Amino acid sequence: MIRLEDVCRNFDVGEEVVHALDHVSLEIPDGEYVSIMGPSGSGKSTLLNILGLLDTPSAGSYTLDGVNTSTMDDAELAQIRQQKIGFVFQSFHLVSRLSALENVELPMVLAGDEPAVRKERGHAALERVGLGHRDAHRPSQLSGGERQRVAIARAIVMQPKLLLADEPTGNLDSASGREVVKIMETLNSQGLTLLVVTHDPAIGERARRQLKFRDGLLAEDKERAA
Amino acid sequence: MRFLDCNRMAGASLARSPGRTFMMLLATAIGVAAVLVLTSLGEAARRYVSAEFQSLGTHLVIVMPGRSETSGANPAMMVAETPRDLTLDDARAIMRSPHVQRLAPVVVGAASVQRGGLEREISILGTTAEFRPIRQWTMALGEFLPNVGMDRAAPVCVLGYTIREELFGTDPPLGQWVRVGDRRCRVSGVLAEQGTSIMIDVDEVVMIPVVDAQALFDSPGLFRIIIQATSRDAMPLAQRDAKRIIRERHYGEEDVTVITQDSVLATFDKIFGNLTRALAGIASVSLVVAGVLIMNVMLVAVSQRTSEVGLLKALGATRRQIIALFLTEALFLAALGGLVGLGLGYGAVAGLRAVYDTLDFVPPVWAAGGALIVAIACGAFFGILPARRAADLDPIAALTGR
Repeated sequence: MIRLEDVCRNFDVGEEVVHALDHVSLEIPDGEYVSIMGPSGSGKSTLLNILGLLDTPSAGSYTLDGVNTSTMDDAELAQIRQQKIGFVFQSFHLVSRLSALENVELPMVLAGDEPAVRKERGHAALERVGLGHRDAHRPSQLSGGERQRVAIARAIVMQPKLLLADEPTGNLDSASGREVVKIMETLNSQGLTLLVVTHDPAIGERARRQLKFRDGLLAEDKERAA
Repeated sequence: MRFLDCNRMAGASLARSPGRTFMMLLATAIGVAAVLVLTSLGEAARRYVSAEFQSLGTHLVIVMPGRSETSGANPAMMVAETPRDLTLDDARAIMRSPHVQRLAPVVVGAASVQRGGLEREISILGTTAEFRPIRQWTMALGEFLPNVGMDRAAPVCVLGYTIREELFGTDPPLGQWVRVGDRRCRVSGVLAEQGTSIMIDVDEVVMIPVVDAQALFDSPGLFRIIIQATSRDAMPLAQRDAKRIIRERHYGEEDVTVITQDSVLATFDKIFGNLTRALAGIASVSLVVAGVLIMNVMLVAVSQRTSEVGLLKALGATRRQIIALFLTEALFLAALGGLVGLGLGYGAVAGLRAVYDTLDFVPPVWAAGGALIVAIACGAFFGILPARRAADLDPIAALTGR
């Protein structure tokens, strides 16, 4: 359960103050499938960063699962990112020197899990994205779509409640993009809350709930026509 | 994060940029090696001087004319006064101390030595028969000076090894006459080859009885009185007795300096010990320089790895974990560089030993251990700034590569 109340995020750009988010209030129940659309600079990425606890609001409050995050320190925020939130980035952000499995293991390494446990869970996560046979491959040996699927496996390996995807198909051709979206939708159907930031209306309109941002304001909040 | 994983990740990052890692290793290694080489130089000097002093003999106490003030300025120093001569009578008086086993008065000067058509200017040492056992010299030929008491003149001389070669070549020297200054004397013996002892080439000295030397140089003053105490523990007692006896004989004035071999050794030990430590300090500067280099290179590395750091943060790494990762890298570099440096240093010292076999080059253990510890401490200290900078990176900016 995500609840934003009057969230503002201001950036100082020279003399000017840019309101990347301007009094945004929003509630997202667990298991929801949400797309966030809008032109560049509309505040959609800022919203995703705040939801992912990589950024903090200038004003307003962000409550995640009934816990107010604004009073947390670095270690507590890191703990929540680790346990509850998975990230998928446009440019994958895989570590090139590590194999697919090792990349998926990274969050568990940071969490201090045993190597044997890591291997088993990492492999299971790769199987869920259909890459169970690619454990030992390095990112450079994988196609773009496969790389993004490894990234998804990494995002879900800690069994988070929330998957945040920032332009997940932006660097992919349409076929692999569709596949990646399908995988995420499958995960959503299994109970994971899914938030996708995208430029692409074809992808954005697949979501049950569609948010449109303009100039830092939540301009439209509609549900997909059934 | 598990300790092993932290080490593995740090090691992997280092292995990924081998050129950079090698440069940082080299800097630390050179620093550590410099400490080893410089301290081994100091230590070799200390051992050399020590050995030289020990080669003088054992349990020695040395009486010198003149008072050397060690306790600062003294009004008496302003009045230029020639110290009273040290005489043979003084030497005889000191002989009465129960702590003195042997004693030899010494007169030193230069005179020409002549045999047939050959002549050269040479150091003359006037002393007694006791001098040989005190210095533990061995004879190549014949006898040392005759054991006839201090004040008996005798027309004899003992030649150093080189002098004998120069004057006699292959001729047998024993019983031959040579002219020392204005006196004729018979060669009674030749010293075995001794080499240099505290900067004096003993092989180029001619020895004659002390009274003959006094007459030759026309001076009753002794250069030194060399005392051999009965035991090591008796050295300070002999020193005390010598001072007391001279004071009594010189009308209450202690106008001689009496030193023990131990105290001289201790002083040299201290001087060279300090020198070695100073060298270690100077060499440590290179370790600090290596630390600064590690810091700079790591700062560059952090800026090249921002997206990796951003990713780790997004995956739930805390500030502490990021700091731990980068500090571990710095410590790895420093420790590994230190070990390589120990190898290099010991290798260089072995090389020095091979080239200069007269000096005993050994890096002191404290220097090796200390250099390693300082290297690691520098790594830790100079690793803090890059590690903190990495931890302070804004994850969003880091991820988007801004």
